[in-house]
This record gives sequence, structure tokens and C-alpha cells, in this order.
Amino acid sequence: MKLDRRRFLKLSAASVGAVAFAGRAAALRAPWAVPRKWYAGEVRTVFSYCENCFWKCGIAVKVEGGRVRKIDGQKQNPKSRGRLCPRGQAGVAQLYDPDRLKRPLIRIEGSKRGEGKYREASWEEALDYVAERMLQIKERYGPEAVAWFGHGSGDSWFVEYLPAAWGSPNAAKPAVSICTAPRETASQWTFGRPVGGHEPVDWTESRYIVLIGHHIGEDTHNTQLQDFAEALRRGAKLVVVDPRFSTAASKAHRWLPIKPGTDLALLLAWIHVLIKEDLYDRDYVQKYTVGFEELAVHSNKHTPEWAEEITEIPAETIRAVAREMAAAKPRAVLPPGRHTVWYGDDTQRMRAVYILNALLGNYGVPGGFYLAKPPYLEKYPHPPFPLEPAAGGCSGSSGGAEEVPEGFKPRADKGKFFAKTTAIQELIEPMLSGEPYPIRGLVCYGTNLFHSIPNVPRTKKALAKLDLYVAIDVLPMEHVMWADVILPECTYLERYDDLAAIAHKTPFIELRQPAVEPLWETKPGWWIARELGLRLGLEKYFPWKNIEEYLDTRLQLIGSSLEELKQKGTLIQKGRPYLKDWERRHRNPFKTPSGKIELYSRTFAEHGLDPLPDYTPPMPAPEGFYRLLYGRTPVHSFAKTQNNWVLMELKAENEVWIHREEGRKLGLRHGEYVWLENDAGVREGPVRVRLTERIRRDCVYLVHGFGHKGRGLRLAYGRGASDNALQTRYVLDPISGGAALRNNFVKVVKGAARPRLKRIGQLARERRL
Amino acid sequence: MARYAMLIDLAACVGCAACAAACVLENEVPPGHNRLWIRQRELGTFPDLTVEYRPEQCLHCEHPPCVPVCPTGASHQTEDGLVLVKAERCIACAACIAACPYDARFMNPAGYADKCTFCEHRIARGEDPACVETCPTGCRVFGDLDDPASPLHAWIAAAERVDVLRPEMGTAPKLLYLNTPSKRGLARQESEVES
Repeated sequence: MKLDRRRFLKLSAASVGAVAFAGRAAALRAPWAVPRKWYAGEVRTVFSYCENCFWKCGIAVKVEGGRVRKIDGQKQNPKSRGRLCPRGQAGVAQLYDPDRLKRPLIRIEGSKRGEGKYREASWEEALDYVAERMLQIKERYGPEAVAWFGHGSGDSWFVEYLPAAWGSPNAAKPAVSICTAPRETASQWTFGRPVGGHEPVDWTESRYIVLIGHHIGEDTHNTQLQDFAEALRRGAKLVVVDPRFSTAASKAHRWLPIKPGTDLALLLAWIHVLIKEDLYDRDYVQKYTVGFEELAVHSNKHTPEWAEEITEIPAETIRAVAREMAAAKPRAVLPPGRHTVWYGDDTQRMRAVYILNALLGNYGVPGGFYLAKPPYLEKYPHPPFPLEPAAGGCSGSSGGAEEVPEGFKPRADKGKFFAKTTAIQELIEPMLSGEPYPIRGLVCYGTNLFHSIPNVPRTKKALAKLDLYVAIDVLPMEHVMWADVILPECTYLERYDDLAAIAHKTPFIELRQPAVEPLWETKPGWWIARELGLRLGLEKYFPWKNIEEYLDTRLQLIGSSLEELKQKGTLIQKGRPYLKDWERRHRNPFKTPSGKIELYSRTFAEHGLDPLPDYTPPMPAPEGFYRLLYGRTPVHSFAKTQNNWVLMELKAENEVWIHREEGRKLGLRHGEYVWLENDAGVREGPVRVRLTERIRRDCVYLVHGFGHKGRGLRLAYGRGASDNALQTRYVLDPISGGAALRNNFVKVVKGAARPRLKRIGQLARERRL
Repeated sequence: MARYAMLIDLAACVGCAACAAACVLENEVPPGHNRLWIRQRELGTFPDLTVEYRPEQCLHCEHPPCVPVCPTGASHQTEDGLVLVKAERCIACAACIAACPYDARFMNPAGYADKCTFCEHRIARGEDPACVETCPTGCRVFGDLDDPASPLHAWIAAAERVDVLRPEMGTAPKLLYLNTPSKRGLARQESEVES
């Protein structure tokens, strides 16, 4: 508030009055000149769930004076338990981000994709424009020629509901083949169960935890972090395998700084020791698994000495850890990591992780893996879609029917790999080559095309060739500003979404509901999907008029109602977390072909895949290059949150981590700016150097999500380097379809200038809504 | 009457900064300023390393240097041992900001000295401060040192040692640190600020 002189005098007079009355200087400033805090007002609480990562924590949104003021964890929610991470807290700053997309935009005729020239349009015009061109594509090439990409909790409308109704099998999420595909495929073919969005690790009951490919504390999955901290408080021992001294490593009893790309050798050596020293859980293996004999023979060659040569971890340490985990079994666990697309043999590595867990006898046992169950929930009774949704998800369904109904085509990536889910990166090529058939249109909901899919130059070429590219998003991300039509979605705090059904120890259903009305002319995803569906001639799949009706119907079918869920926020059901709970009911949790945990996979053998995991060396780094590793910071989610001022004040840029000795060799100063250049000649940055002891000398590390180049993102623009820009190469995992990203190598190029950018605080003040 | 204090279990803290974000929103801390921040310090050499993640904020000292320097009485200590600022009495002279050995205060652009209040408005409602309530690792414990039933006592009794920032200042802080990663206690003050 700016005080002019007249107002100042008035205020002074009031103060003088107060002095005269009280007889002494009780106040030097009028009380109303001190800004009143929100919590002094009338505060309303709205239950919903968070979208600042995929974890879906239940939230209690505090609304005062028509504005969202604060977001807390929902106390009754099994995910948040009343606590939230920084991203969940900072959702308020995303809602009131003045850089948000405000109304529909149509690319100006004659301009090229990527030039960013747009005119504002009405929703009517924008939706008609999209529908008309989609129908043209369908007529000329068939419905499969439109691909659908989605990321975020509202994506179900755009990668499941609408594509399945429309008839395109080419719907995909980065959450699958650029993240969890290997661990999900491996889990399906080892345990016959998905890992799912909420890893079913029984942290707090565990006494020995081995993290391999798991940087808890830097990924801040709320519940997991709570349980992890509690496990350590209860005295669990922690081993962390990581080429980098991660936050988790800083809490560990043992840190094994493994040579990047050799994890499978270490896992095989542990299997070897457990079997050769007779340390595995004999009864469990006998009762619940098949293929132990084959595994025992196979593991003969995997001695700790063999693994030491490969992994650079001493054989003695390998033996010691194997013995320690065996001593703690079955309360010893190797949790599956999440982002598991590393080197191309990732499904086999994850199989080895699961085989080890099975040898420890921990699956379905306290302190190991519990058996997560999805909640009971019915689908909305719409007419059956012509196709089964094939996008899958980190909830692991390998989705998508094998046989395609008459008149429809199979996925464009079919035959490239074993799993049934769609691989997002494999849908780019058909846009360019027209093989096996052309993809001419793309509807992109929340997927950051330039910060998630490897080989960005190829993606840009593909976008340039399309007949139609539609982006549905909240912020003007760089890839959004390539679209023909931009449809601005409101944030998760302003909308309903479909119900979240969480497989868990205690399965539950969460509601997403608006806390405030949408700002500007933004609309919720369900509305956009429905309006588009009506225009595409799919009205029979949208018998519901609005989302309240849709949600209430689904909830009524299970004996609840929308009204009940609005009040409660979360509906919790009973789980069956342990084997004994299943056996009491004579049920078998292992949905594998053999009905047991498959140490040896006959199905893999039948498909020409290795039935037992074996080590293959990773692609070596060229001379003078470092392997590029990447990871997370606790205060950001992927490339989604770098325009959030609260989070950007906590972390405004990433740094390239380089071992101090390597830095000395290269003549680098801590804090100076450099370029990174990969072995294909792509240059990225500038990025600050962080010289550290916390990383091996053969690799460098970047936190993912920085290096935004969209000019409309005034906070995010130009800060740090994008790992994805440097990931021009990937290796396709032939089993899961995962795009393995750790096969990229960079060198450091000196002489970059420090970017001239305003401080976040100043920008946040200038842009305040 | 109470003697409010907060302890932070550094064995659990991962420096995720949920506390810092919660503080900004709860207290409407203006952009460019912090009531709460986290220092990160790397100790040792490869492969024998530790990292200290250390949240810091106003320590609510028993002998606060920022109180006697205030010319108007705006900076004061409550009966419950909270060190607070009465914004309406503050003349923005910044003497308290200069006097604080922990750099815990800043000048709010609205024209008064500002800092952590241990969320006194929440304590008054019987709630924990926002940073305590949200912390995913549960590394923060808030309570009343004069209350024998407070969980603070069990934590302190179980700890090998209790550390405070700059004990040589004689300020008797009520922000206590347990389980420092280094056996020698807290890392030096001038470490780099991160996350």
C-alpha cells in the first residue's frame, strides 16, 4: 500500500488521538496500517487431492475472502496424514500465477509452429476448429492417425476416455515408457501384480532397507518419506546404492558408490551369495515360487569377485550386505525405484530386484512388500468404447487388448517390444515416417514434450509435420507454444476431475473438487473433453451432462454419494495387505501364468527373452565425456513447477554436479557457469558448476526439470540446464518399451556468462496477481 | 505461562523445505524474504561423507539481543518466552535486525521488522506451528519446556547431546538440534545455503 501525504496526515492524527487518550505511546502506527493476516478472517476448508506431483496426497484447502490462502494435508487421508511436501504447500502460487494461459488461442494463419504467434479465440471457435480438423484426419487416415498424450491427474479424459471412444489405440503417457515401464512389466511377470502408483513397501515394519535406484528425500513422495523417516527412527538399517551421495545416502549405514550401469551385476552377486551360502528363505521359496533350480544353476557364475570387477564395489562388502539382509529377512526389503528406464536392460534389472525380494521371503509379509488392493469402485455406465484404453500408467495395468476389433488398427508401436502398453517415444517416429501408418494429429494434455521425451530435435521435426497439434495446459510451456490450438485448462484447485482410486494397504477413493471458481476463461479438463466429444460425434459416450452427475453416479453405485465425498474428502476401504489375509480366504495373489512367483519366466523364454536376468555392460562413455545422470530436487516436480515463485525461491536453478578432482583437472571454479555439450554436439546451458565430493568421477549429475525456454514463463525462463535437451539418444528396452536415458554423455565447455536475470523475489513482486 | 521451544532431529531432516514453503503461505511472507530457511553442508571426502541439512529460523532466545535494542518496545518477549514484534509499534529502525546474531529478522516491505513467531496464532488455537505440522519426516517437535508431559523431554533425554546455534553468544536459544550428522556437533555457520 502506498501512502500519499494526505492519508499519512490522517493516520498521524489518529495516532496522536490515541496517544492523548492512553496518555503514553501505546501505538506508533495505526493498527489498520498493519496488514491483516488471512487467518484472522473467515476460513473455509475444502477437501481435495494435490496435483503438484503424481502422488495424489489428500489436501485440505483453506479459502478466505474468495482466495485460496493455504493448503494443508488432509488428516484423515492415508497418503498425506495431515502433512504435505513443499510442492503441495506451494500449490497456491500456481493457482495465482499471472503467466497462466488465460483464454483459448489459435495460431495465426501463415505462421510456423514454434514461432509463437497467436490470436485469442472463443471456446466455441477453438473447439470447432479442433473438431473439424480431427474429423478430416479421421476421414482421410482413420481414427488411429490421432495420437493422445497425457500427464497429470486430469489426463484420464484425454488418454483413456476420449481416445477409446474415438477409436485410437495411440494414447500414451510419459509416466510409462519414460518412467515406470520396466518395473511394472517385471513385476507383472514375476509376481503377477503391479507395483502401482504407491509402491507397496512396508517401510515402517522393515529392519533392513536396500535402496538401489531410489532417491527418497529428493523425490519427496510424502507418505514414503514419512514412512522412511519412521523406519529409521525405529532402527532399520539402510544401504544405499548410488553413484552419487544422495540425500538418502546421507542417512545410510552403508553407501555403495557403484559404477553407473552395473547395478544388475551387484544384484546377481547378492542372489549368488544368498543361494550359495544357503541364506535365502527356503520355506517361502518352496511354497510360493517356481524356477529356483534354474536360478541356482544360473547364478553359479555371479560371484562377488566377478561383480567387484564390474561394479567397483569390494566383494567383501557385497557379501557382508547379502549376509546382513539375510539376517534381517523377511523384514529386509529392496524397494523398487520409480524411474527405472536407465540402460535398456531395465526389465531384467527389475526382475533381479524382485527375485532378491522373493529369496528374502518378503512378498506379502510384514516388513517387505504388502499386497496393495485397489478400492472397490464402479465405472460410469456409458456404452462400451470400441477400444480398450492402452495408455497404461504407473498404476501398472499393462492395458490394451491384444486383439484389435474389426475396423481398427493396432498401436503404431506394436511389435517393437514385448509389453502391451504404449511407448510414448515410439509414437514420434510414425509422425515423421508414416510407418507403420501415419500419425497426423496430436492432442497433448499436460505432457511436456520438450522436457520428457528424449531426442527433442526429432520431436520438433515431428510436430512441424503434423496436420493438427492441440495443446491443453495450464502454463505457456515451450512445447505448448507450438500448438495450432491452445486450450487453457484451469488448475486442480479450480476443478473437478475423475475419482482417484488408490491401491493401498487400506484402499481408498479421493475426490478432486474446486476450492474456487476458474480464473479468466479457463475450463476444466472434463468439460473440454466432453465438448470436444460432442463435436466429434461421440455424444453417446457422454450421457452425463456435467461432472457432478458423472461422479455422483459412480459413487451411488458403490453406496456412497458425491455429497458424502465432498464432506469426507477420502473414502477408506478395508485392505488385505498380507499373504495370511489372502490365504484365510483361500485366494492366491500371484496372477502369473504359474500362479506363483516366477524366478524363472517361461513366458519370457517362449518370447525369445532371457528367462533369467543376466548382466550386459552399458554403452561406454566416449573419451573425454562424462555419463549424464539426472534426478530430482524435493522442491520441484519434473518440469512442471519452475514458474511457481514459492518453489523458485527455494530452488531457482539446477547445478551440474562434478567431482572436485575432475573440476580441478578441468580448471573449473565452484559456482562458475559453463555449457554442457553431448556427444551428438547438442549444447545446453549455461548452468552453474557445483564442485562436490558427493559424486563419482566418471559421471556428472543434473536435477531434472530446469532449462525452460518458453518466454512466457517469466520465472522459469533461462534458469539452469535441461537434462532432456542433452538426452538425444535412448535405448529401447525390448521387454517394457522403456526409453533408457542414461546412455547420454556430456563434456563441460567453459566460458559461459552468468545469465542476466532478475531475482525471483523481485519478479514475483512485479508480477503479483 | 509456558516456555515454548522447538527441536529438530537432524537425523531425520532431508532438507525438503516443506517447512519453508508452509511458512511462506501460512504467514504471507513477502517474496524475497524468509522467516525460515535451510542450510546444507557437505562434510568429508569421497567416499566418507555426511551431509547436514539444517533448518534455521528465529531461535526465540531466552536472552534475546534483539529485544533490549528496540527503542519503542515493539520487539519484546512474551510471558511464554516467545520473541515477537508488535508491528504497530515498530518504526523500522532495523536495530533488532542488526542485533540478531542469527540473521533471523528482515524488514517487511510493509514497514516493520518481521521474523518467525513460532506461529503464535496457531499455538493460541492449540495447534503446532505450520512448519511442524507439515514436516513429512516428523523431524520437528514443538512443545513447552515447563510442561513435564511435553514430548520435548523424552527426545532430549534420549539424545546424546543437544546443540544450539552459536552457544558462545549466551542467548540461550530455544531452537534445539539433536543428532547432528557430525559427532562434533553442528557444521560451521558460514556454510552454503541451499534448497
